[in-house]
Amino acid sequence: MKLWEYVVYRLILAFVVIFFVVVIVFFVSHVIPSNPAALWAGAHPTPEEIEKAREELHLNDPLIVQFYYYLGGLLHGNLGVSIRTHNPVAEDIGSAFTATLELILVAEFFALLIGVALGVYSAVKKDSWIDNASRLFAISGVSLPAFWFGMVLQLLFFKQLGWLPLSGRVDTVVMLEHPLHVITGFYIFDSLITGNWTIFQNSILHIILPAATLAMYPVGLITRQVRSMMIEVLQENYIRTARSYGVPDRMIYMKYALKNAISPALIVVGLSLAYTLVGAFLVEIIFNWPGLGRYATYAILSMDYPAIIGVVIVVATAYVFINLIVDLLQMYIDPRIRV
Amino acid sequence: MKKDEIIRVLKIMIRNKLSLLGIIIILILVVTAIFAPFLAPYPKQAEGQPNLEEKLQPPSSKHWFGTDYMGRDVLSRVIYGARISLLVAITVVGLGLLIGVPLGLLAGYKGGAVDAVIMRTTDIFLSFPPLLLALLISVTLGRGLVNAIIALAVSWWPWYTRLIRGMAVSIKEKPYVEVAKTMGVSNLKIIARHILPNAISPVIVQGTMDMGSAILEASALSFLGLGVQPPTADWGLMVSQGKDYLLNYWWYPTFPGLAIFITVIAFNLVGDTLREILDPRLRRRYL
Repeated sequence: MKLWEYVVYRLILAFVVIFFVVVIVFFVSHVIPSNPAALWAGAHPTPEEIEKAREELHLNDPLIVQFYYYLGGLLHGNLGVSIRTHNPVAEDIGSAFTATLELILVAEFFALLIGVALGVYSAVKKDSWIDNASRLFAISGVSLPAFWFGMVLQLLFFKQLGWLPLSGRVDTVVMLEHPLHVITGFYIFDSLITGNWTIFQNSILHIILPAATLAMYPVGLITRQVRSMMIEVLQENYIRTARSYGVPDRMIYMKYALKNAISPALIVVGLSLAYTLVGAFLVEIIFNWPGLGRYATYAILSMDYPAIIGVVIVVATAYVFINLIVDLLQMYIDPRIRV
Repeated sequence: MKKDEIIRVLKIMIRNKLSLLGIIIILILVVTAIFAPFLAPYPKQAEGQPNLEEKLQPPSSKHWFGTDYMGRDVLSRVIYGARISLLVAITVVGLGLLIGVPLGLLAGYKGGAVDAVIMRTTDIFLSFPPLLLALLISVTLGRGLVNAIIALAVSWWPWYTRLIRGMAVSIKEKPYVEVAKTMGVSNLKIIARHILPNAISPVIVQGTMDMGSAILEASALSFLGLGVQPPTADWGLMVSQGKDYLLNYWWYPTFPGLAIFITVIAFNLVGDTLREILDPRLRRRYL
């Protein structure tokens, strides 16, 4: 298969997957018994109000007609209106998505930093106690139930030490006293460029614990990947040659070996990005982080199906495209994968 | 895998300190699960009987891990939780194998359109975030242990299908299969007698390694309230219930969570070493 054929195949596949997701999620969520019209009509609705709501929501039409309306809206970027919040779902998801994305990006950044350092170090000191310890650490990272580890961190850093806030994205009082001019939706970035130092500091303090919780899984993956790549690379002839020429060890590790070990680490970051997107669901619940996960949980609890469908479609689409980009990058970097 | 090869792999596993640790933990877990009624200090409370006089007691000599909001002994409930976790691990992976292996064999052996349809289906399933898929299925089918297991198995099988298909494709070309074919042996018999026995061992290894992840994902579903329902003692559910008591009664969510962590780590330690032994690129480290 030629490269462009592969790209076209994967693109078609991506759209097929997303279409299936839309179909399945739509029909599944309409099978669940619930009474969205009553929710829509507000508190203490009269039967007439409920009937009017059923009309507005097209609930009296056959399912296939409802699907037609939904699909039409979807093509215009319209995900419907949330039954719980009465806001357009796309709007709700938009603001939640940036909160989640900020969390994921901070987590992945630190995961990459720590993972590469640990991986290189344990490859260089292979089979020493340091190597064993870092292997144990890496395996711990992929074995930790995130929802539990977040609680342990809260106990330690909030309750015992009192260093960090318990939950949330920024203190409500601080936000009221120093209102943030939201530009991108990333609080750290927005407060930095508008010079709002109080919010900047406050939002950094708030992101540390959830980001650390979320980073554990990618740290484990990256450490293991970098370690095994480094071990392989260090056995290559050109490294032996460099050694015999008297090139200092530090330079061999950092310049020659790491260069070949870093691209697989980046691939792992890409792969884990999709995973952390879903892992963030659990972390957000623990830390009351106003992201997609928390939004989805509320949506599930109140059977707010336009919101459920919206979240699933957005997450699945992001997941499919992240994986697609990672796979293509991987093929570009490592020609051995091209079949 | 031949018998002496299995013995050799086992020897390496025991010699490596970390994988030995994993094996020991798993053995303890199995024993705990089997003998739970005899090991638990308060088996009745583990099964859900409330004990309201001793609500939220801190760890003591009477209740090593403290008590929960209904006064039940957390240690006893953690011991009983081992049963659910092992059950989940075995059934999720088992169901995944049951769906995945026949489809993989069929795809690899038949080839052509059958292969294409099956493999594109796995592509679609693998493009979907597993926890999200499980979440959706649990929401549709309703809450409960059985539905959570079904949900996880549905997101699990494509991995086994891919793995065994690859094996089947290469074994199909082997001379003994060709001979069997020319002798008029039926397809079903060839698959059962020749392809399956030769293709199954990496799948078994993968399955063992996956048990840790199955426990982890099932506990996440329980945590979200979509898995095991009260009063059954389940680790994920206990962490979820203990969440609201975290700051003042730390022992309540801490011990069940620790149980999940240690169990998953044990499976991953064993799996990690197994992978290093069986991965030909890393094999020179051991052989």
